[in-house]
Amino acid sequence: MRAEGKPQEEGYAGPRWVPYLMVAPAMTFLAIFTFYPLANLVYLSFFRYNLISDKVFVGLTNYRNLLFVKKDFLQALENTVVYSFAVVFFTILLAILFALWLEKDSWFNRFIQKSMFTPYLIAMVSTAYIWSWIFDVNSGLLNAALALIDVSPLRWLNDSSLAIWCIVIVSVWKSLGYYLLIVLASLKSIPREIIEAAELDNTPWLRKFVRIILPMISPQIFFLLITITISSFRVFDSVQVMTNGGPGNATDVLVTYVHRYAFQMNMRVGYASAAGSVLLFILMVLTIFYFRFLGRKVHYQ
Amino acid sequence: MYSKHTGLDLRRGVTSGISFAFKLFMLVLFLFPFYWLIITSFKTYGESIVFPPTLIPRNFTLAAFEQVFSRLNLWNYLKNSIIVTLSVIIIQTLVGVPAAYALARYSFRGKGVMLALVMAAFMVPTQITFITVYIMMSKLRWLNTLLPQIVPFGASAYGIFLLRQAFMQVPADIIEAARLDNASELKIITRIMLPAARSSLMTVSLFSFVGSWNSYFWPLVMSNSEKVRPLTLAIERLKDQDAGINWPVIMAGNMIMVLPVLVIFLLLSNKIISAVGYRGIK
Repeated sequence: MRAEGKPQEEGYAGPRWVPYLMVAPAMTFLAIFTFYPLANLVYLSFFRYNLISDKVFVGLTNYRNLLFVKKDFLQALENTVVYSFAVVFFTILLAILFALWLEKDSWFNRFIQKSMFTPYLIAMVSTAYIWSWIFDVNSGLLNAALALIDVSPLRWLNDSSLAIWCIVIVSVWKSLGYYLLIVLASLKSIPREIIEAAELDNTPWLRKFVRIILPMISPQIFFLLITITISSFRVFDSVQVMTNGGPGNATDVLVTYVHRYAFQMNMRVGYASAAGSVLLFILMVLTIFYFRFLGRKVHYQ
Repeated sequence: MYSKHTGLDLRRGVTSGISFAFKLFMLVLFLFPFYWLIITSFKTYGESIVFPPTLIPRNFTLAAFEQVFSRLNLWNYLKNSIIVTLSVIIIQTLVGVPAAYALARYSFRGKGVMLALVMAAFMVPTQITFITVYIMMSKLRWLNTLLPQIVPFGASAYGIFLLRQAFMQVPADIIEAARLDNASELKIITRIMLPAARSSLMTVSLFSFVGSWNSYFWPLVMSNSEKVRPLTLAIERLKDQDAGINWPVIMAGNMIMVLPVLVIFLLLSNKIISAVGYRGIK
């Protein structure tokens, strides 16, 4: 753990317990509010429990109901996966394209970067309300724009096949500027000589991108892949505000599902915990998968 | 560079023209929704539902804002948001700085495990742990206080991680020299580490401000009365009380919520932008 290969004591001669005292509060908080709840969640997933009566051990029944008996969980899982794939794909694609396009340092490009970053800081709730208003079927902007070009109005959030895409658009719109800044920073960290060498050789643009630029920024792209996937699987606020899971359960996602069963459907806490554990399992597998398989192909300088 | 007008120049001109037009389009795409938020909040209800919509309000009115204040006890929500956000930032700093310092600058048994735990905690979503934390909070009878919105966020794994990175970059000789001068550990933190890590500290505080101010899911779950709810949950109340959705009123509520964040961003945008970029390549 000695990053620079030299002792990090730097002449420290005080008592050995000092560093433990320093990390103790943080570790206590993490233990009580992150790790214990996680363990307890997995534990509760094997019980029938509604917060009022006593816990009853039911083994894997909750999981069986989730995956094989009730259809609504698989629907929520499918929606979450579709949503996450779409958000990850479009965010990374657009972030790279816009970064290449806005790379040159000029005040106008910086201004665009700032404008694109602004939505990232705004509450998802507000973003969702603004876009619900834009998507509004009767007096929304988008249908007004469609009317201008003589296209009949769409039902946007009320259309069960369109609604999930509306939520994808809002998510990409909100966080694109942030990921763009990360890609831009990594583009700027590529040594000038490498790019200049390619330019001297008259390498075609596309090949320059695929052979030189992409490998150089792949650690950051890899990092984005993980962060965006994980944050997509946690989607809740936008869905809750814009569609509340509907129409039907066309936009029901894992977190709205868990929340609904834990707090609305007679407090089925054991069942909701099982659903939460499945989400946890997926996130763990994805993280390990990314590190194992993609990590190997990533270029590190 | 002076060159004759050749076909290549013309092509370049056209390309940069298209590029410029597309850039303007991007600006509209990212800024217009904010414009739409602002002007809608100054419209009358009647004007908000005319078709086609008006791009500039025909008569500016503060009626929507008046309705927001008359319909809900906005000061209560605002007060909750401010208390929660400030408490979270203060506690996270007090807890995170010493932890990051110890993890960056000492070698001690168990450090590797602790670092791994911090990284793991970074990956654990609150959208999963909420069920069992809720049970904990209800047993503690905290659900009608602001504590469940503050205490669980006492340690920010992300903050500790980022501060540790910054502390690790402080040159060793400075600390050695300070220790030779008999400086206490507290003094090393406050006099050397914090000034050196200023920009990371700002990034961490900014993101915990934004995260806490904007949070919706957690307070939705962890509060059982309007008395302890933040602004993000107030807007929903503007929606339910009417038959048709009164968009100007909802936009006015959102304006009040978004304004502090926008003001901070406008004041600090250059610093924020470079801090985010820097963080990306680390």
